Amino acid sequence: MSTQPQKRPQGGNDDGAPEAAATAGANAQAQKRAGELDSLLDEIDSVLESNAEEFVKGFVQKGGE
Amino acid sequence: MDRRVIGVETEFGITHTGGTHRGLPPDEVARYLFRPVLRWGRSSNVFIPNASRLYLDVGSHPEYATAECDDLLDLIASDRAGELIMHDLAQRAEAAMAQDGFDGSIYLLKNNVDSQGNSYGSHENYLIPRTTHFRRLSTILLPFLVTRQIMVGAGRLVPATDETPAHYAFSQRADHMWEGISSATTRSRPIINTRDEPHSDAAVHRRLHVIVGDSNMSETTSLLRYGATDLVLRMVESGVPVGDFELENPIGAIRHISHDITGQAVVKIRNGGQQTAVEVQARLLDRARRFVRENGAHHDRVDQIFELWERTLQAVASGEHAPIERDIDWAIKKRLLTDVAERGGLPMGHPKLEQLDMAYHDVHPTRGVFNLLAARGRASTQLEPERIQRAIVDPPATTRAALRGRFLSTARAVGAEHTVDWVHHKLVDRPLDALMLKDPLSAEDPRVDTLLDRLGERVASLREQTLDERRAQELPLALSERYKLEHPRELAEPPLI
Repeated sequence: MSTQPQKRPQGGNDDGAPEAAATAGANAQAQKRAGELDSLLDEIDSVLESNAEEFVKGFVQKGGE
Repeated sequence: MDRRVIGVETEFGITHTGGTHRGLPPDEVARYLFRPVLRWGRSSNVFIPNASRLYLDVGSHPEYATAECDDLLDLIASDRAGELIMHDLAQRAEAAMAQDGFDGSIYLLKNNVDSQGNSYGSHENYLIPRTTHFRRLSTILLPFLVTRQIMVGAGRLVPATDETPAHYAFSQRADHMWEGISSATTRSRPIINTRDEPHSDAAVHRRLHVIVGDSNMSETTSLLRYGATDLVLRMVESGVPVGDFELENPIGAIRHISHDITGQAVVKIRNGGQQTAVEVQARLLDRARRFVRENGAHHDRVDQIFELWERTLQAVASGEHAPIERDIDWAIKKRLLTDVAERGGLPMGHPKLEQLDMAYHDVHPTRGVFNLLAARGRASTQLEPERIQRAIVDPPATTRAALRGRFLSTARAVGAEHTVDWVHHKLVDRPLDALMLKDPLSAEDPRVDTLLDRLGERVASLREQTLDERRAQELPLALSERYKLEHPRELAEPPLI
């Protein structure tokens, strides 16, 4: 005799449930990744000189070697 | 060669910005930067306790040359230590400049090109046997170096010109190479420079000086760069057949390849036919694998290098770059630029993206964009931070660098005037005892002990200071004193009569 509980979701048709859960999981993952990216890009924004064009144009060296 | 000495010289870009005044020009900032160095060694061209060389080069570029390394991770650690040494100097220079009324920030960029297209280098040096057939060497090595950029290029956002729109290229340096092989450096840059200063016994060795490389931020990319090059050199030296990839026009090819990020660019082979960079590299990888199967691996990172090599070629060939986006500089940077452009709706060539391209190479540990990516796990590393910290003060233990480091730190500790370079070790008071250490692979030499013994019994009472003790010194960590007189003996007072 099996001790496993023979649970069946109410309503019989459970086909969509795992898929939905997986999609929700993937969405959560994607959201987490997007959140991490946002926080990274915010951090980078906060450390860069605010005037990008001035920074780039000001970076002039003599040739090396 | 089973043990090969490798070293890398890095020229840093320098800029000062963001203050209430206009930023100071690079040569003036460089002078501030090297003030502590000048005070320490009375020169702006010195060998430091970790046995590396620190100097101001042509065009006021701060430059750091690693000591002789015979281990790839020692080499990468020493190179990374150079970034931290420069950062330490920059912090001090900022403070000194602020005192003089120049506020703002100093940026030291480990990249290879400025906004006007001036270029400065990352030069690799490989010790090779004098017997290496030079024609064979160049026939195999040139095509390898021309195509290597698809694996180890640092990536560059190329600004729009009249002819081409802004686009992303594999390499920083490719557009600044003018010749395959020659002795010039600034006048006309060759991929392989024939300047042959072996800093060792010239009858036995020669120095292969490769100036085509981009400065790498990623330790993983660096491992592939030095590791794959060393493997190709081993095949050249062994005389095994490697195949014929000699290019009809190496300089045309290097640019053509760099500017086609799809990796589909084909280049003409001299004996007929056309190949992509991936095809050339895949054949070399195949040969290298066979070579190692037959001859054995000469260090424990060979498999890792092969895996990276293959994975990178697959990524380029397929155009699916995700598998290398944490490991390979150009791909790490490209991912970031793409993310930023998408989020902000920025067109390629937007100044913000150009700025990011530069900021990726900022050596500042908490401002440099590569370092920010690494801190968040978006770029892989190969070294524990402690190892890089140690490399700021410790010479590599297994080469001549260990002797140079001990010699100069000991002489300093007892206040003995001395001079050193890659080969020469001299106490100024004992010019006839000057030593030439011509074997860069030797970390021991009784003549050094004998010479140091001449400094008297104080040498015996020197104690090596801990890292914390060295950090506590006023000097930049890289210039801190390694030894301390343990029991400075009181000078005996003459008896009173």
